[in-house]
Amino acid sequence: MAEFLQFLISGLTVGAVYALVALGFTLIYNASGVVNFAQGEFVMLGGMVTVFTFAAGVPLPLAALFAIVVSIVVGLLLHRLAIEPARGASAVTLIIITIGASILLRGVAQIVFDKQFHKLPAFTGDAPVDIMGAAVQPQSFWVLGGAGVVVLGLYVFLEHTVLGKAVLATAANRLAARLVGINTTTIMALAFGGSAAIGAVAGILVTPITLTSYDVGTLLALKGFAAAMLGGMGNPLGAVVGGLLLGLLEAFGAGYLSSTYKDAFAFLVILIVLFAAPQGLFGRRVVERV
Amino acid sequence: MKSPSTLKFVLAASALGFSFAGAAQAQETIKIGSVLSATGPASFLGEPEDKTLRLYVDKINEAGGINGKKIELVVYDDGGDANKARTFATRLVEDDEVVAMVGGTTTGTTMAMIPVFQDAEVPFISLAGAIEVVDPVREYVFKTPHTDKMACEKIFEDLKKRNLTKIGMISGTDGFGASMRAQCIKVAPNYGMEIAIDESYGPRDSDMTAQLTKIKNTPGVQAVVNPGFGQGPAIVTRNYAQLGMTGTPLYQSHGVASKSFIELAGPAAEGVRLPAAALLVGDKLPENDPQKKVVTDYKQTYESATKQPVSTFGGHAYDGLFILVEAMKRANSTDPQKIRDEIEKTKGFVGTGGIVTMSPTDHLGLDLSAFRMLEIKNGDWNLAQSGS
Repeated sequence: MAEFLQFLISGLTVGAVYALVALGFTLIYNASGVVNFAQGEFVMLGGMVTVFTFAAGVPLPLAALFAIVVSIVVGLLLHRLAIEPARGASAVTLIIITIGASILLRGVAQIVFDKQFHKLPAFTGDAPVDIMGAAVQPQSFWVLGGAGVVVLGLYVFLEHTVLGKAVLATAANRLAARLVGINTTTIMALAFGGSAAIGAVAGILVTPITLTSYDVGTLLALKGFAAAMLGGMGNPLGAVVGGLLLGLLEAFGAGYLSSTYKDAFAFLVILIVLFAAPQGLFGRRVVERV
Repeated sequence: MKSPSTLKFVLAASALGFSFAGAAQAQETIKIGSVLSATGPASFLGEPEDKTLRLYVDKINEAGGINGKKIELVVYDDGGDANKARTFATRLVEDDEVVAMVGGTTTGTTMAMIPVFQDAEVPFISLAGAIEVVDPVREYVFKTPHTDKMACEKIFEDLKKRNLTKIGMISGTDGFGASMRAQCIKVAPNYGMEIAIDESYGPRDSDMTAQLTKIKNTPGVQAVVNPGFGQGPAIVTRNYAQLGMTGTPLYQSHGVASKSFIELAGPAAEGVRLPAAALLVGDKLPENDPQKKVVTDYKQTYESATKQPVSTFGGHAYDGLFILVEAMKRANSTDPQKIRDEIEKTKGFVGTGGIVTMSPTDHLGLDLSAFRMLEIKNGDWNLAQSGS
């Protein structure tokens, strides 16, 4: 039982980060139809900027806030300088642009920061909490709680604010949205800024556990993308479920099967799900109207 | 390869005839080549190597060079890419016509470059870790860093002294971790070690509690060995403490032998042991230690010039450069063949990595005494009391 709980919490913690990355994917995908492969770099920026601001003597909460602001600015710039000028281009072109942007961001981070690994202190101490025999880092609760708050906040924003509904409207039908007076360019910028902020929050929450460096974004983007696909691209609930599921698959795979094949195991399950339901667990069936 | 070099010789000779002054000038420098991974994923290895080489070549030249000739250092950055490394190696041999090469940051780049230097018959002192570089022995290939096999042996030697024979292993699946894991499994029987459980983790994994829980629940495990480098071992160490496993000794490898490991792992690193070069504990070595002077001098020179903490990787480049320089002094020639012969005759060379004595069958020249068993105490390296 203790073993099971240990795997469960370890899986949920890692999964919560995947879920936040997947949410970032979802937000931008919904607003623009673009899969933003620079999403992982926002996680990196969140962590790295906090580390360096904190090291410069700024209190941790302020450093974290600053990192979120920096990431939002980068997200907006990415939209303004790279996505917006290529407005008419096909989704594939835009996706390639985001891949280029992620390489650029990584390169700049390598120069501005450095190539070493860094850590942040845990928000509320390092002493593990014992839950029925499973040792849990207090930071895990921060990650889970933080992810919960972000998900809830996003839900309230999308469902209960006019601006949020405008995002949903843009997602549903860009032309119609424009016809009813929604500035879709602003909405797109909002989506990029928002998803940068979500990424940054994930980076800040998880750095005390996983450490960070200039190149942590690549793998997170890949895992987050897999999570988003598993849950169904474009569905916020799917992104969260997909992320948590992927984290749990990895943890239980490593714990009960073999640690050598845990990634293979996780991706195998994803493949099976996608064969059975190509639109993902919660995805909408795309109907090509003729 | 013979005829082009003969041709070049003829051309050089005729050039000598036409312009004696120009040729005399060319005679005054000795070209040493280097291909390093100063950028890219292995940059934490390549960067200190690059800085060390440049720093010391300048120093040697200021002091008058080798036998009155200045060294000209030609450095290329392969970015960790084995294909690029091979291209640069060819350029060093064919265009730059270096007399010797000190470089090859990773095992991958080194293995790609070996054929080039073997064919051109130019001595190549590699800075890569794996034993494959010098086993089997190749005529023109040498290396300075300790091998992962030696690290395993050093760890097992220490375990045996502490009467711990049943171990768990958790290894990174990156090149370094996988290679060391294989070597450890190979030499374990020689020390009477029983590997009760063998786990692994991906190089970018961020949580190893699942694997460690399995090790924790394996009955009879007396110690845990973690071959790997990068951030993985730091996370393993932190998870290890989180799960309350610190009652079982944890051994890391020389792959984490840099101050940043202690920083990243934090208080969880207390009591962790690892084999590493004397360089890390220079100030704690007894005064009569033969390596004391070399390592403290290097540490001071490097740190004052670069404002960065010293790492064993830069030390490998220091050793490689000076093994070469001393061989060239002894050879009193810039003929690659003669330099090669003298490198092989290196005897009792005191470097940062240990005391090097090479032979025709040993192109590494280090024994287990080159490794010191360190224990992390109060956030710093300390020499472990053997047998305790």
